[in-house]
Amino acid sequence: MLAQFLQFLFSGITVGATYALAALGFTLIYNASNVINFAQGEFIMLGGMLAVFFTQMGLPLPVALLLAIVVPAIVGVLVEKLAIEPVKGAETVTLIIITIGASLVIRGLTAVIFGKGTHSMPAFSGDAPIEVLGATLLPQSLWVLGVTALVVVALWYFFNRTLQGKAMLATSYNRLAAELVGINTSWVLFMSFAMSAALGALGGILITPITLTSYDVGIMLGLKGFVAAVVGGLGNGLGAVVGGLLVGILEAMGAGYISSAYKDAIPFVLILFILFFMPRGLFGGKSTDRV
Amino acid sequence: MKKSVYNGLYLVIAILLVLPFVLPNSFYLDLAVRMAINAVIVLGLNLLIGFAGQISLGHAGFLGIGAYASAVLPTHFGWHPLLAMGAGAAATGLLAGLVARPIFKLKGHYLAMATLGLGIIINIALRNEAQWTGGPDGMPVPGMGLFGFELSSDKQWYWVVAVLLSVSVWASLNLIDSPFGRALRALHGSEVASQVVGVDVVRYKVAIFVLSAVFASLMGSVTAHYVGFVSPNFADFFHSIELVTMVVIGGMASVYGSLVGAVLLTALPQALATFEGWETVVFGAILMLSMIFMPKGLVPTLAAKFGKGE
Repeated sequence: MLAQFLQFLFSGITVGATYALAALGFTLIYNASNVINFAQGEFIMLGGMLAVFFTQMGLPLPVALLLAIVVPAIVGVLVEKLAIEPVKGAETVTLIIITIGASLVIRGLTAVIFGKGTHSMPAFSGDAPIEVLGATLLPQSLWVLGVTALVVVALWYFFNRTLQGKAMLATSYNRLAAELVGINTSWVLFMSFAMSAALGALGGILITPITLTSYDVGIMLGLKGFVAAVVGGLGNGLGAVVGGLLVGILEAMGAGYISSAYKDAIPFVLILFILFFMPRGLFGGKSTDRV
Repeated sequence: MKKSVYNGLYLVIAILLVLPFVLPNSFYLDLAVRMAINAVIVLGLNLLIGFAGQISLGHAGFLGIGAYASAVLPTHFGWHPLLAMGAGAAATGLLAGLVARPIFKLKGHYLAMATLGLGIIINIALRNEAQWTGGPDGMPVPGMGLFGFELSSDKQWYWVVAVLLSVSVWASLNLIDSPFGRALRALHGSEVASQVVGVDVVRYKVAIFVLSAVFASLMGSVTAHYVGFVSPNFADFFHSIELVTMVVIGGMASVYGSLVGAVLLTALPQALATFEGWETVVFGAILMLSMIFMPKGLVPTLAAKFGKGE
């Protein structure tokens, strides 16, 4: 009983960590620009695919992984410069369609360049499972959790202790006021797209040795990352991490105890329930409306 | 003003009347039927998105309910296709009405999330209940009979769909000009302000959501009978996006924009077939470019350019 429960819990937090990274990506961009970036999932896919591609080219693992983070970050910046900045202040639907267009371009190019096959990547430090109270834990899961924890701490430090981080936070609270005190808000926009693409790619790289990857894995991963961001209350960094883990764990538990066929539906059922009863997510504050 | 509004309708009817006689072959006739079906769906969706200002990223789910009602009920239970179509529409209306109240307390991105979630849940259910729906492979749909007369050829379908489209355009034009339509536009402008002047905001939003969902369900049934086959792809997230794209590219809050958007985006995949392998890239690029350069959509942009309102 306990072993089974632990098993589901392990796989849940592992996937949940990826959702958390994706959700942080959504949060960063949302805070900087009020845009929900529907291309976020494609950065997850791109990270995994590029990691596979660069390691197969024979590059040493650290170099390959670094490149697999930097390239998606550049793509993220390109999306921001070419497609988001020119339409500042457009309606929500317009922005949603632009980012969906971007995701189609990224996904389509990946299919053209790397083909439509499924790819695998060896785990970073072997596949010998670790036994914990009768359940098994993959070494790669420890990588996923460890790196995610490090990233969360680093982000916390960045936003609370550095001038650049505080500038980004200030912009998310009040863009005009931030501009008035001399913060370069277009730099903030630039940074938030680069960082959120890099975070997504990192999640994609870490999870690929466990789940495999192909050109079309980004859609579901991205949508679930969006669910995670909304669960926590859009725009809330801590909420995004908690939301990601919660979605991952509930999905694994649901798949294990209820129905594996409906695994992908679980996050969406969860979000509907949460939105019905807490219209601004678990951590979202109250807000008033301006006429 | 009323007169110029109806001029567009007469033009639409004229085009629909002439079209079958100038189309070179059945390939184009088939394309025309699918364009018209999409146009009706998009008209309904535009009432919700363009006029009432509410996003739905899950409309293909409602199409799916209609389509599968028309496939499953006659096949497994021997229902008459028209009865099945009605049942699908009723079920869709009920479901939309049930979820609409809590959903429409939400705004903007939360609303997008909730409708998206609803659509995906419907899609996953269709994929998984294989004993009824044929699972991911889909299932054939029996023919549609009207009073002992079987609708079979593309030409017959064309006339049925053409009538549906003309009636929908006429109904949309009237709806927009009715007190109901004015209330919708008011709440798009400012919800708080319309509340203050006595518009029951939530009731109107729920009503328009249910209406557009039922529109979608009915046209889902029509599509299913016309194509003779349904698969879960018909109800997936990407199809929802395609429909929203038709609304936005044609022009939000524009009846004729809906028609233009539906025609263009139904034709686009055919035109892109020549780009072997690059279809997705080109499609995505077109979405981005048209939104960047014409954020208001084609018809309103052109109308503004040539200095006359719609």
